[in-house]
Amino acid sequence: MPKVKIPRKSTAQDMTAMCDVAFLLLTFFMLTSKFTSKEAVQVSTPSSISEIKIPEVNVVTILIDKDGKVYFGMDKQEHRKELIEKIGAHRKVVFTPKEIHDFSLITSFGVPVEKLKLFLAQPPADRDMKQWAIGIPCDSLDNQFKEWVYFARQVNPNIRIAIKGDRKTPYAVIKKVMNSLQDIKENRYNLITSLEEAPKDL
Amino acid sequence: MSEVSQDSGGGKKKGSSKQKKASTRIDFTPMVDLGFLLITFFMLATTLIKPQTMEIAMPSKDQAKEPPKKKAENMVTVLIGKDDKLCYYIGGPDTKTGELPTPTKIDYSPKGLRKLLIEKNARVVSQIIDLKKRKNLTKMNDKVFEDEKNKIKSQKNLPFVVIKATDDATYKNLVDVLDEMQICNIASYAITDINKDEIELVKNLK
Repeated sequence: MPKVKIPRKSTAQDMTAMCDVAFLLLTFFMLTSKFTSKEAVQVSTPSSISEIKIPEVNVVTILIDKDGKVYFGMDKQEHRKELIEKIGAHRKVVFTPKEIHDFSLITSFGVPVEKLKLFLAQPPADRDMKQWAIGIPCDSLDNQFKEWVYFARQVNPNIRIAIKGDRKTPYAVIKKVMNSLQDIKENRYNLITSLEEAPKDL
Repeated sequence: MSEVSQDSGGGKKKGSSKQKKASTRIDFTPMVDLGFLLITFFMLATTLIKPQTMEIAMPSKDQAKEPPKKKAENMVTVLIGKDDKLCYYIGGPDTKTGELPTPTKIDYSPKGLRKLLIEKNARVVSQIIDLKKRKNLTKMNDKVFEDEKNKIKSQKNLPFVVIKATDDATYKNLVDVLDEMQICNIASYAITDINKDEIELVKNLK
């Protein structure tokens, strides 16, 4: 048999086009999205057909995780600064300017006021540790949650309250939160949900 | 001797002047890898979608909890219990004995709660389906559509739903029920506290 020489062609592709596409996509993502702010706790919300979008500004976010712990968050750094000053005045706790500044940098937190100073003294990486996942007290004896929302309304009269609860959050906690809000006459609020397709025939 | 063999000299010269031509094509594959790594990072660390919300308005505490003068057969009470238990009863407690009507067990599937609500709210549901058809045909604008929808929902004698949940029901259960209110276009509904008898009713559901 004669030695058949199979003509070999180079299999290397010219990757320049692929590279262009990759960088175009990258530029798109860089310009059109913004970094998600780090929330105190991950919550997986239930779904609903509601398509109303959450407002972006003037929002107070109340996060409730599946163990029933309540976290509070407010947008706008200056408002957070004013808020902690008001809480400090109300509870007769003095916060140092450094603590006030640190507080204004975090978007949401969940510690009772007594532990707030200690919490703020921690470096940001340590704040995520399990020991700080205490939650803001919402019981009838010491309803700090009500105070936070009340002063938040004073700082910014235009806020809208958004409740972001987990699917597995027990209704008892939701009831406590809603009752506390009713006590301070906050009767309109939004429940944050993920999107679900509406049934076609209705 | 002086005569250098031209060939070999020429050959040598040729060999030294003929530089090895290096290929000027660069392999871009690692660049593409880097590009996609960066894309994946940005895709995961940022968000494009704004999460949606459901609007809910509660009555203020000063007002009376019971909605005034509603016909008993229009009132559907939905009881939400632990472990996704769901049941309903129609009307209020028996005027003589104060006993609650026996509840009927249902579930969250479209054949459960949704079917019940559509049956009860049949008039409104069919009117809104007609309205949606008209909207698609006549290219109604959104504001007119909303106004018409509100007009339909403010008719008299429509069913209203009272939602009561036990403490060990989950938030997902509540949101699902509120969602069904929206899907079935229930005109009025309210979330109220559950009482002891009703807690027993839910617990005893098989």
